[in-house]
Amino acid sequence: MLASIVTTEWYLVLAAMLFSIGMVGVMVRRNPLVLFMCIELMLNAVNLTFVAFARQNGDIGGQTTVFFVMVVAAAEVVVGLGIIVAILRRRPTATTDDLAELKG
Amino acid sequence: MMELFVFVVAAAMVLGGAIGVIVSKHPVHAALSLILTLFGVAVLFVAQEANFLAAVQVIVYAGAIVVLFLFVIMLLGVDNAENLRIEPFKIQRPLAAVVSVAVFALVVTAVFVARDASTAATGTGLEVLGDDGTPIHDGNIKALARDLFSDHVLAFELTSVLLVIAVVGTVLLARKPRKADLQEVGS
Repeated sequence: MLASIVTTEWYLVLAAMLFSIGMVGVMVRRNPLVLFMCIELMLNAVNLTFVAFARQNGDIGGQTTVFFVMVVAAAEVVVGLGIIVAILRRRPTATTDDLAELKG
Repeated sequence: MMELFVFVVAAAMVLGGAIGVIVSKHPVHAALSLILTLFGVAVLFVAQEANFLAAVQVIVYAGAIVVLFLFVIMLLGVDNAENLRIEPFKIQRPLAAVVSVAVFALVVTAVFVARDASTAATGTGLEVLGDDGTPIHDGNIKALARDLFSDHVLAFELTSVLLVIAVVGTVLLARKPRKADLQEVGS
């Protein structure tokens, strides 16, 4: 079952690549919506490692953790997009550089 | 061999979609690339015996979250493409590339060092076997449900509180303030 060509390390390296790409996006992009998408990329990379380790160790707990990560990510996206809508409604062309101060 | 093929195709989907998210000028294109990545991750979940999570991934991420992203993009106006040539700080992009490559190298090193140093025996996978030794087709869902509703039942209930708070908070945030409220603040 586990003695396959594709070992756990392959999945971990792929997840590391996905995480790095998401990190570049967070550091480089200036549109708040795209920033959120990059955070989703990083969360998915971590989910992938959880599932890979759950399989390697034969422990379903990793998959349970992924389930909770998904719930929290959904809540985070909902609140974050609410904030973005509230900000961009007032200043439609705002990038993250324009949001350096808390004043509205 | 089949597993290798599935892995390569899914990895290409994941990485291609991720690159698409960070290089596309238009937020709509970024959201569509994100769908590609999320589907690739769902395929990898299936390849790793996480059938239920793959279904949740497609329904919640590719269904709900990306649709929410697209909804907000449409709500705020679709034609404000970002000019990627503007670089606010001169060394921002090279620095970002260096940092992320460093993090990638660090993680990969950690993975291989830990593999060589590990003495723990690897498990036998998660495919739950029946009495006659054949895999049960819904074993993953049953095992996950048993873990979720026995060991993690408190956390499970708390997520419902979290979701209610998120919904109430978002409604309050995104609501347009009434004129009476504005006057109250102004006076």
